[in-house]
Amino acid sequence: MLKTLAAHIKEFKKDSLLTPVFMILEVIMETIIPLMMASIIDDGVEAGNMNHIYFMGSLMVVTAFISLWAGVMGGKYGARASTGFARNLRKAMYENIQTFSFSNIDKFSTSGLVTRLTTDVMNIQNAYQMILRMCMRAPASLICAMAMSFYVNARVALIYLGAVFILGIILCIIIKFTMKYFKQVFKKYDALNESVQENVSAIRVVKAYSREEFEKSKFMTASGNIYNMFIKAEKLIALNGPVMQLAVYSCILLISWIGAKMIVGSSMTTGELSQLLTYCMNILMSLMMLSMIFVMITMSMASAERIAEVIEEKADIINPENPVMHVPDGRIKFEHASFSYKSDAETPVLKNINISIEQGQMIGVIGGTGSAKSSLVNLISRLYDVSDGKVMVGGIDVRDYDIETLRNEVSVVLQKNVLFSGTILDNLRWGDADATEEECIHACKLACADEFINKMPDGYNTYIEQGGTNVSGGQKQRLCIARALIKKPKVLILDDSTSAVDTATDSKIRKAFAEEIPGTTKIIIAQRISSIKDCDKIIVMEDGAVDGFGTHEELLESNEIYRDVYESQMSGSGDFDE
Amino acid sequence: MAGKENMGPVPKGPGARGRGPRPKIENPGKLFKRIMKYVFKYYWFHCIIVFIGIIVSALAGAQGTMFTKSLIDDYIIPLTKAADPDFSGLLTKILQVAAFYGAGILGTFLYSRLMIYVTQGTLQKLRVEMFTKMESLPIKYFDTHAHGDIMSIYTNDIDTLRQMISQSIPQSISCLVTIASVFIYMVILSIPLTIITLLMIGVSFYATKKLAGLSGSYFLAQQKDIGKVNGYIEEMMEGQKVIKVFCHEEESKEEFNKLNDQLFESADNANKFANILMPVNAQLGNISYVLCAIAGGFLALNGVNGFTVGSLVSFLTFNKSFSMPINQISQQLNAVVMALAGADRVFKLIDEKPETDDGYVELVNAKEDGKGGITESEARTGMWAWKHYHKDSDTTTYVKMQGDLVFDHVDFGYNDDKIILHDIEIYAKPGQKIAFVGATGAGKTTITNLINRFYDIQDGKIRYDGININKIKKKDLRQSLGIVLQDTHLFTGTVMENIRYGKLDATDEEVMEAAKLANAHSFIKRLPDGYNTMLTGDGANLSQGQRQLLAIARAAVADPPALILDEATSSIDTRTEKLVQKGMDRLMRGRTTFVIAHRLSTVRNSDCIMVLEQGHIIERGTHDELIEKQGKYYQLYTGKLGSGIAG
Repeated sequence: MLKTLAAHIKEFKKDSLLTPVFMILEVIMETIIPLMMASIIDDGVEAGNMNHIYFMGSLMVVTAFISLWAGVMGGKYGARASTGFARNLRKAMYENIQTFSFSNIDKFSTSGLVTRLTTDVMNIQNAYQMILRMCMRAPASLICAMAMSFYVNARVALIYLGAVFILGIILCIIIKFTMKYFKQVFKKYDALNESVQENVSAIRVVKAYSREEFEKSKFMTASGNIYNMFIKAEKLIALNGPVMQLAVYSCILLISWIGAKMIVGSSMTTGELSQLLTYCMNILMSLMMLSMIFVMITMSMASAERIAEVIEEKADIINPENPVMHVPDGRIKFEHASFSYKSDAETPVLKNINISIEQGQMIGVIGGTGSAKSSLVNLISRLYDVSDGKVMVGGIDVRDYDIETLRNEVSVVLQKNVLFSGTILDNLRWGDADATEEECIHACKLACADEFINKMPDGYNTYIEQGGTNVSGGQKQRLCIARALIKKPKVLILDDSTSAVDTATDSKIRKAFAEEIPGTTKIIIAQRISSIKDCDKIIVMEDGAVDGFGTHEELLESNEIYRDVYESQMSGSGDFDE
Repeated sequence: MAGKENMGPVPKGPGARGRGPRPKIENPGKLFKRIMKYVFKYYWFHCIIVFIGIIVSALAGAQGTMFTKSLIDDYIIPLTKAADPDFSGLLTKILQVAAFYGAGILGTFLYSRLMIYVTQGTLQKLRVEMFTKMESLPIKYFDTHAHGDIMSIYTNDIDTLRQMISQSIPQSISCLVTIASVFIYMVILSIPLTIITLLMIGVSFYATKKLAGLSGSYFLAQQKDIGKVNGYIEEMMEGQKVIKVFCHEEESKEEFNKLNDQLFESADNANKFANILMPVNAQLGNISYVLCAIAGGFLALNGVNGFTVGSLVSFLTFNKSFSMPINQISQQLNAVVMALAGADRVFKLIDEKPETDDGYVELVNAKEDGKGGITESEARTGMWAWKHYHKDSDTTTYVKMQGDLVFDHVDFGYNDDKIILHDIEIYAKPGQKIAFVGATGAGKTTITNLINRFYDIQDGKIRYDGININKIKKKDLRQSLGIVLQDTHLFTGTVMENIRYGKLDATDEEVMEAAKLANAHSFIKRLPDGYNTMLTGDGANLSQGQRQLLAIARAAVADPPALILDEATSSIDTRTEKLVQKGMDRLMRGRTTFVIAHRLSTVRNSDCIMVLEQGHIIERGTHDELIEKQGKYYQLYTGKLGSGIAG
């Protein structure tokens, strides 16, 4: 997993390597500075040598500037490396997502993908910067300070070594237990936020049933649980401070005692003593820092895992080796086609479908919720692959086509459709980037979208907000149909795409289809009988199988389900959509 | 309005918390006081101990620094000069210091331990208070605030507050104590050197301000670019399937790469400046040290005012321990400002005006009193009455609840200046079924929102069994109305719990009975764990139709005298609907029902159908009457333009 992510550091390898180099340089300078300070005290102040103070002082200023330079450069490269890494990760994920098939997208869910591209990448960016800048710095500082201590006075340095060892063990134990608690806390925390979210979006239900008190008591229990868990976890963390102080203070006192004896015994100088005290702080602080970094890395592991999942995901629909680049005509044939969304599903969603559709026919599809109407048509433009049997367009297996060629000729208007932010023309030209304005207007006329577009203040240049919130459901559906028409496809599939369009307009659209694009094979999924009863043939779906296939009259005669639906709707013919 | 699924916390750039541009808050002092008051209110005792703990801990640290001076001046130097060094004095001193240190450690332990309770306890109380307030707010609040914004109060804003209470404030106090004590020692040791130190602190402040300003503008740019990239990601992920259908992958990648590169650039700059701040301050501290060493060396060598070598050594230590806490405080200050902005939103929510309820008429169980009237009953009788207390005559009357609803010249607008329902008049007799039809936006749902007082009307009166609904307690009013909404919402929990939402004390049998009525029983049986199947994410694992069936079952178990069905069966296919219809008919029998539907089968047998257009009732009557009229209803119904109306 880490390898997957690391592969995307790419052009920022140099920055990633330079950052720790500069950080180490900074650390070295910082370790030398106390040495100079000691020298100022020992050889300057105590020896009464003003010149030495000037000399060492200027040397120290120079060192400070080198250290500053190293720090600034380290900061600069660190920023570049981490933000660049984040950019590459986003890019890699985004580009891989573009290759995803429908089933890949279903697997991750829209919100899942958004979180991975946004929050998770940010977490990694922060963690990476921390690793580059601190991960090297802390151990380097620890080692340098330790080495210097040994250099100054090996006996005293042994005390530090002991302190580091004991403190290290204690910190490890604390981390281990807190991590365990925190993982639980975060889970509970997510659950709490979910319940708030639920209450925000379902507030009408809560109020309609006067369940405010009930929700409150639910929330209070959940919130109380979190409180208890947090206290448990933080109690452990709160030990960090006192333990750290205990270590530092013990060291200071020990060194003071031993140091005093040594100085009196002339085996150490006062300068060296203050130097050792400085290193004491450096060593134990870096140890503390290391433990913090460790916690942070562990916490960002979950994000790393989720990002790697997206990058490693293999698209399960890919172009064949020698793809067919031309769709000869709009014939469609299902041959023993079966399909399930999951390979290990017990009962398939579609079972042994055999249907043959001629070029230019208008085909209606009807059936109850969950009868797999959408699944059936999604196979035609290869949005999903059959698990058994085959689907053919123009006499050729859809899996042999170049995907883009196939999808340009088989135009689908999805049930859950989306308009993008941009003008109406921008949206229409998704179908064909080079479409002229006349072509766009023509398509809109066919889809009966022309009438309302003309009433809009900016006509075809009206700006559609993100998610198409400034057009009504019916208008959105008509725009989506127009967008699909601009492709001038050989097969046009409408998946319940006029459900929010009123009955009169609905029939006008179908009439336009029959008259204006007679050569295009049209497949219309609908809930209303009135939308499909004039079709050349109608497919009745039930539980993933074709229950009937024929004209309206034939089906009325022979198909019980169709008759049932017809009667239930005809007893009161229409709908009251807008 | 369905609430976006993804409400992850707004990503923060590194250091965004500490060094980002400061958000503007109107009255930071007042806000800060309010937070402190809140904390003290529940935890005054904890706070006092914490405060003492912090001071002891900080003083112990400072005395340690002092000890270095006295170690060299008072012990080591005399000892080196002594012919026969006696270490017992030093030992006593060290033990004395150790005792202080011990007190310091104890202080640290106490305050960090107690701080947990203060922080988590305060947050817990705030959360509960926020949630309690939120539950009491009128629907209008939820309709006018983005759900994502409400959510982020619970996540981001509370989190910044946690930072502030648990870290910024104690650390600042500790730093202040250190600064004060070190400053005093410095002044005692040498005034000239203190001035040099202060001057360098000034320089450091200036540099920080300059850099923060620079990085601030880059942070703004970064924030803007993050917004752009995230917005684009959300839109494209939402439309990813459409992208596939239109083979639009390349174009989508191209635009994304452009935005992504832009973000990289601004993020790079913002982080760079933030990263530079630390080394700059650290090295300025070092330079301050050198300056003091030189000046101090000069003073010591010339013996000005008895300034000794030992004094210089300890002054230099102080110099170091002076700049560190000052830098820390300046960092914490930024965190505090961020937290105050969060606190501002938290308190705004807490200060929101709750839904007002001046109602006093209650819904009670009733029984016949044998004298032709009715009276209150302790037990559930299946008969309900409005308990109406009349203040002027000090009497209580009981009105049998029947479900008689009257709209008397009702006007309504979400704002006073934009009336969207005009002069609505409806008479619903007990047990009648009233249907509303009309285009989206005609005001159908709005009317039902008025009956249960989700919104209050501007003019006119709504009467329930002859009582103005403003006089009825909202809770009781709503309990008397079962409602199935257009957007079905389910809660995390089992199927059983979700249906039971309608009546909390319903037995398992009652729940199943309701499910059967709604025709939901058969599909529930087929779920992996039947009635105990867990539903998560608003019932994401169910189809829209199944969710609607559950919502109907939920209303059924509540067994209310009146029902509002707002497109309750819109996602159920016609065949299943036919099956549900039987249950629905049983459910509606004897109850006053308001139905909004676009399917004729649902509307046809209504006692009265209201056709709405732009907030006006333009036609009313039974199905047959309206068909005969050949007006708007006829037009909607047949899909043809009626011959009776122009066209």
